[in-house]
Amino acid sequence: MELILRDLVCERGGRTVFAGLSLSVAAGEMLTLRGPNGAGKTSLLRSIAGLTPAAAGTVRLDGGDDGVSVGQQAHYIGHANAIKPQLSVAENLRFWAAFHGAGTARIEAAMAAMDLTALAPFDAALLSAGQKRRLALARLALIERPVWLLDEPTVGLDTASVGRLQALMRSHLDGGGIILAATHIDLGMARERVFDFGTPATEAAA
Amino acid sequence: MTGALAALIARDVRLALRAGGGVGAALGFFLVVVVFFPLAIGPDQAFLRRIAPGAMWIALLLSVLLSADRIYTADFEDGSLEVMALGAAPLEVVALAKALAHWLTAGLPLAVLAPPLGLMLNLDITLLPGMIAAMLIGSLALSLLAAMGAAITVGLRKGGLLISLLILPLYIPLLIFGVSASGAQVGGASLASSAMAILGAIVLLAVVVAPLAAAAALRAHLR
Amino acid sequence: MFNYLANPSRFLKVSGYALPVLAPLTAAVFLYAYYLALVVAPPDYQQGETVRIMFVHVPASALALGVYVFMAIAHILGFVLRHPLADAAARAAAPIGAVFTVISLITGALWGKPMWGTYWVWDARITSMFILLLLYLGYMAVWKAVDEPHRAAKIAGIVAIVGVINVPIIKFSVEWWNTLHQPASLLRPGGAAIAPEILTPLLWCMGAFALLFATLLLINLRAEVVARRVRQMELARVGSVA
Repeated sequence: MELILRDLVCERGGRTVFAGLSLSVAAGEMLTLRGPNGAGKTSLLRSIAGLTPAAAGTVRLDGGDDGVSVGQQAHYIGHANAIKPQLSVAENLRFWAAFHGAGTARIEAAMAAMDLTALAPFDAALLSAGQKRRLALARLALIERPVWLLDEPTVGLDTASVGRLQALMRSHLDGGGIILAATHIDLGMARERVFDFGTPATEAAA
Repeated sequence: MTGALAALIARDVRLALRAGGGVGAALGFFLVVVVFFPLAIGPDQAFLRRIAPGAMWIALLLSVLLSADRIYTADFEDGSLEVMALGAAPLEVVALAKALAHWLTAGLPLAVLAPPLGLMLNLDITLLPGMIAAMLIGSLALSLLAAMGAAITVGLRKGGLLISLLILPLYIPLLIFGVSASGAQVGGASLASSAMAILGAIVLLAVVVAPLAAAAALRAHLR
Repeated sequence: MFNYLANPSRFLKVSGYALPVLAPLTAAVFLYAYYLALVVAPPDYQQGETVRIMFVHVPASALALGVYVFMAIAHILGFVLRHPLADAAARAAAPIGAVFTVISLITGALWGKPMWGTYWVWDARITSMFILLLLYLGYMAVWKAVDEPHRAAKIAGIVAIVGVINVPIIKFSVEWWNTLHQPASLLRPGGAAIAPEILTPLLWCMGAFALLFATLLLINLRAEVVARRVRQMELARVGSVA
């Protein structure tokens, strides 16, 4: 499996964020996106997911399911956590599992992976910022999807939680998954490449 | 796909029923508007009987509109909509589910509340079954259009005001045929039933068009 | 021609040549049409001189409806062909259509006073016209409310297309409602067959209004294209600062 981007052009509000971006990420590989604010890290993740359709160029998941879009084979963890404060931790996960047509079988495991089991019956409104982020990240373990698109996943996490996220990511990569992450922290994955937006997009794409 | 539909409806109904969900607010608003009519117009029983179906429909329409603003706002702001956009079910299904959930938590309880309030307006009791039926059917279209308006205005400043301006013209046919189907006119039973049929036709059209338009608007807003 | 004008600079150039021709032509047709309408056409045997309000009222009403349909078609072309000027044309047309609607309502009220003895009756046509004005206002409000132009164009397009689906439904429902409530004895202006000595000036007036629409649309569209360019230049400046 390989995620292939070819000649991607991204425009936001009539301004070109980046142009002619081509790269590929193979199974078991992680690509870390670095660069200053406004460089296009979030735009790239969103255009791979299909949320912000690219102005030009193609995104293809080689060896994936051709019947559905790349976005439907990807997890996108954005800045917002997609949590309902009125629902309990377990209810939040149960909803996303049902919405994505996944069984309830993995809910316990997903909570365990981000150390949320003890918090399961409590309303999400009561959680701290870091706990909410963990609940958002638990979706990664809840529903199996080959591509993970993570936008600053470690925001608000303590050291122990970052460690759990690393373990989750490592097992995903070991299973042949693909990760693209915009992050300033070195997550120390075995097969990790860095894509730096700091250099002009045209050079970086070469 | 039906799994996503059912899951979303169940979640939205649950959210609406919990504290701050807004079902109570919509019902209270309905009550207040209906009570305002005799206070504004006077307690003349014969006149109230004449205006009762129209007054009830205006109250229903305003109550649905009042609760329209909240349909997508939270899901848009907390990122849920982005996750839904990447689900296996297309956004059109999401839009349909949101509208149906809104109907279950707004149109349905309002139509159930209608009979006792109708009696306060001295409504002709023989009209009640027809009016409840018309309100149940008509409010489905009201919810579908309200959800479409909510999708169009999600994430905009003063979205609530804009919804009213956009959706009220679309509510006019529903108001006219809804009141007619409720038997307000002297035209008799045949007229009421043809109005009911037209009301049904508008609902069917809304079921097709509103989720399509709502999904297109959501995609544009998520960009 | 259609695709040729997709390029904004080319559009500015071509429309720059077209406008000095179109504007005087519009003025000339207007003068001739209203010479026919106000001087040559005979007064109505029933309505007297007040019938001349029709020469403003009818073209304004027709254009009011026509411009809304034009907007919807322009947006459909914008969705299907992704023609960069289609959405801008719809946006440029909206205020013109709204003003035509207001003219239609005001002249209708002025006509209604001598005919019906009141400025406003809840006649099916007047009511539909009023609802059309609401549709215009909603459409323009959407353009104002959405900051980002691409998104605004999409959202406004949805509003216009849904609106145009609803126009016949609204018309039908208002007519149904009207027949239930309205005593049918009212004299309906413009309802009877029109004599040729009135029809000819009326058609000229319609033509004059159509030309007026074309001229104003072109002026608005040029302003819109220039405004977009200014915005793009500003964005480029902000982008280079980053």
